[in-house]
Amino acid sequence: MSEAAVHAHQAPTSFIRKHVFSLDHKVIGIQYYGLALVAVVTGMVLSWIMRIHLVWPNSPIPGVQWLSKIGAPGGVVTPEYYLSLMTMHGTLMVFFVLTNAPFAAFGNYFLPIQIGAEDMAFPRFNMMSFWTTFVAFCILVSAFFVGDGPPLSGWTAYAPLSAVGADSGPGEGVGQTLWGLSIFVFCIASLLGSLNFIATTLDLRTKGMTLARMPICTWAWFITSCISLLAFAVLMPACLLLVLDRVAGTSFFIPSGLNVSDHLQPHQGGSPLLWQHLFWFFGHPEVYIAILPAMGIVSHILIVNMRKPLLSHKVVVYCMMAIGFLSYMVWGHHMFLSGMNPFSAMVFSFPTLMITIPATIMTLIWLGSLYGSKLRINAASLFCLGFISMFVSGGVSGFFLAQPSIDIYLHATYFVVGHFHMVMGVAAIFGVFAGTYFWFPKMTGRMMNETLGRLHFWFTFIGTYCIFMPFHYLGLAGNVRRYSAFTDDFLVPLVPVHKFITYAALFTGAVQMIFIFNLIYSRFKGAKAEANPWECTSLEWSTPSSPPPFDNFGGQHPVVYHDPYQYGVKGSKGDYVMQTSPEKVAQAT
Amino acid sequence: MGGKIFAVIVIVIALLSAVPIINHTFMGANVAPPEDISTHGASIDKQLDETMLEAGLSFLAAQLVLGFFVWQFGGRKDGAIKNFPGGAKYLVIAAVLLVGLEAIALGAIGTKAWATVYFQAPGADAMPIQVQAGQFAFYFRYPGPDGKFGQLHPEKIDEGNANYFGLDPENDVAARDDVTSGELVVPVNKEIHLLMHAKDVGHSFYVRELRIQQDFVPGLDLALHFTATKVGKYEIVCTQLCGLGHYNMKAYLSVMTQDDFDKWLKTQDQ
Repeated sequence: MSEAAVHAHQAPTSFIRKHVFSLDHKVIGIQYYGLALVAVVTGMVLSWIMRIHLVWPNSPIPGVQWLSKIGAPGGVVTPEYYLSLMTMHGTLMVFFVLTNAPFAAFGNYFLPIQIGAEDMAFPRFNMMSFWTTFVAFCILVSAFFVGDGPPLSGWTAYAPLSAVGADSGPGEGVGQTLWGLSIFVFCIASLLGSLNFIATTLDLRTKGMTLARMPICTWAWFITSCISLLAFAVLMPACLLLVLDRVAGTSFFIPSGLNVSDHLQPHQGGSPLLWQHLFWFFGHPEVYIAILPAMGIVSHILIVNMRKPLLSHKVVVYCMMAIGFLSYMVWGHHMFLSGMNPFSAMVFSFPTLMITIPATIMTLIWLGSLYGSKLRINAASLFCLGFISMFVSGGVSGFFLAQPSIDIYLHATYFVVGHFHMVMGVAAIFGVFAGTYFWFPKMTGRMMNETLGRLHFWFTFIGTYCIFMPFHYLGLAGNVRRYSAFTDDFLVPLVPVHKFITYAALFTGAVQMIFIFNLIYSRFKGAKAEANPWECTSLEWSTPSSPPPFDNFGGQHPVVYHDPYQYGVKGSKGDYVMQTSPEKVAQAT
Repeated sequence: MGGKIFAVIVIVIALLSAVPIINHTFMGANVAPPEDISTHGASIDKQLDETMLEAGLSFLAAQLVLGFFVWQFGGRKDGAIKNFPGGAKYLVIAAVLLVGLEAIALGAIGTKAWATVYFQAPGADAMPIQVQAGQFAFYFRYPGPDGKFGQLHPEKIDEGNANYFGLDPENDVAARDDVTSGELVVPVNKEIHLLMHAKDVGHSFYVRELRIQQDFVPGLDLALHFTATKVGKYEIVCTQLCGLGHYNMKAYLSVMTQDDFDKWLKTQDQ
């Protein structure tokens, strides 16, 4: 155990060292959370503008003209600016929210504590990884304020649209290059973070903390960091090659003979499909990077609130590993119609369908574990239950898209958009919400307001179903995605559905203000929390204070005696036994 | 109390979600695939229907079980902790068998539908038509009486003079009788071999009623083949993000009787 390495950093004294350039994983975790919060609010506001524009394309949206005079003259969003907003929405949400919040924020804060360590293995790398992410965020956001604004090629940035430069139209100027640079820098940060998680989990577990005794969320963060290491390592050079095509005259992704806006492109020899392969080889594992931590967090919080372990801890961990492994075999299911050899569609479809198996096993285990439990209902557990519901809904639509023959009809329609929003935009975010309500007392020493938490849940649960379930109906009607307006003959009759969705989206967005208010209010005025308000057994609830002291355990090195889910047993404190408690476990009568 | 509310809400949502699937309308709009007018579409529609049934039943079952268990056990304070009969074992077996077999079955059956579109080559007497996708329009080209397409010269593209394909009829004999059109006009019940060419960036070709969709990849010569079975006018829309005009990039597929088609072709200027 490399204790020397971790003792290397002393307790911080200056303000800068305590709150800005901190080596403390807890501060860094909160910094990641704060960045994710800024990103999610930005991304959500962009989605409001998008949804309003879609149903009232010729009406001014007050205020947007201050964001861009060219993009929204008089407040009326142009078609190209709509696509730019859409691109930034996707990029912010996938990278800066879904990779940051469930994984970097909560993982950073709680992984070291849950394994009994004083900090991450490489605290300096950790600090660098947050600030590098912050730099990436700044580069991305700067695209709003340059030239003809942010890129419009979507978060997927397909070449040649994204690669040939300004010829391919407004929204493909400097903004696209900044996008490529931003994501390149983001990848560096992710790689540093993943290395840290892996080294910490393998090397810094305290005495008695075997891998088998790690909580499910710790396993989820560990598996996610393994996936992340390989995935971001591929995206990084891909972005570099894209930037080179744009500024250095290379032709990685651009073939010869292109006439773009009457300009014959000088490039030759490149392959647009190469970009898609590189991007999706990252992109598919990325969505599992987004969902696995949420699965782990939800499992953990559900167990605490059910007062019983899941039917099988081992099976759930193996399923998460299986999902992680299979996630690397399915990237071509984003490319069934891309022009690849059609035989490859069969090859990619098979593992895509197979990944349903571990996901279904986990869902059945969650459901089966509810049976016979003493399920406590609170804001955190409600979001866990909501997660299960949403994960089922989003997963089921994936079953359609996994089949190439059905994908012929549903590809690039709102069916796809509904699918990924349900699993990522809702389910994964529900995991973040559950984690917030659950761990807030440990991070701040105060409880979040339970009434506001439940209101937040009810309205968000109903609201998100109202938004995203109709997306699937639109997809079945063939409603094409990434359109800035619905003017085609067959789309005009679908506008009433879009109006319904827009109202639901604005309502649900407004509801999130309850959460933000609760977060800020409770931080300062929330009811003081007990040391272990949820009666949870894992190590973070055995720290001497909330928030934990600088080195997590106040100079002590905890010793672990039990697995993390001794619930429904006769313990000295109630129906549970802490992992760090040396008492023997007797079964409850 | 909260548990019971959750149970009711999740069950209501699940049941309500199924309604538009069953009666194909939502907010007064028709939300189902349009009538299939292709020779290969029936197998795709069958695949879609079977998947809808299996996915729909799984969806409903899972949401109802979730609701039921939360109703039963939410907020429960008294009584002993119980375990689901059989523990994880039967659930794992159920998941592997049910999902595994279901997935393999659908996947295997779906192969045939995919194969008729992609593995089967077009027949020897399929009519070749070329489609070029460029920001932001589709143009179609017929080879004319000589049956040969003239060569494409991207540097000669001149939209102002209606030379959308960059043909060189002065120097290229084969190009002289090529017919260019902004509309894809085809005879009914005739197999079409659609040759796809991208002028600038990625685009995609989608006709809902034909149940076909295929990306254009700059630098790659791709092709589709289909046979339309019903006379009428249908929309062709671009489904691959290609720039600001993406939402507006479309053309019409006009399926005519053979006679009407022959008349139409005769009236086209070169």
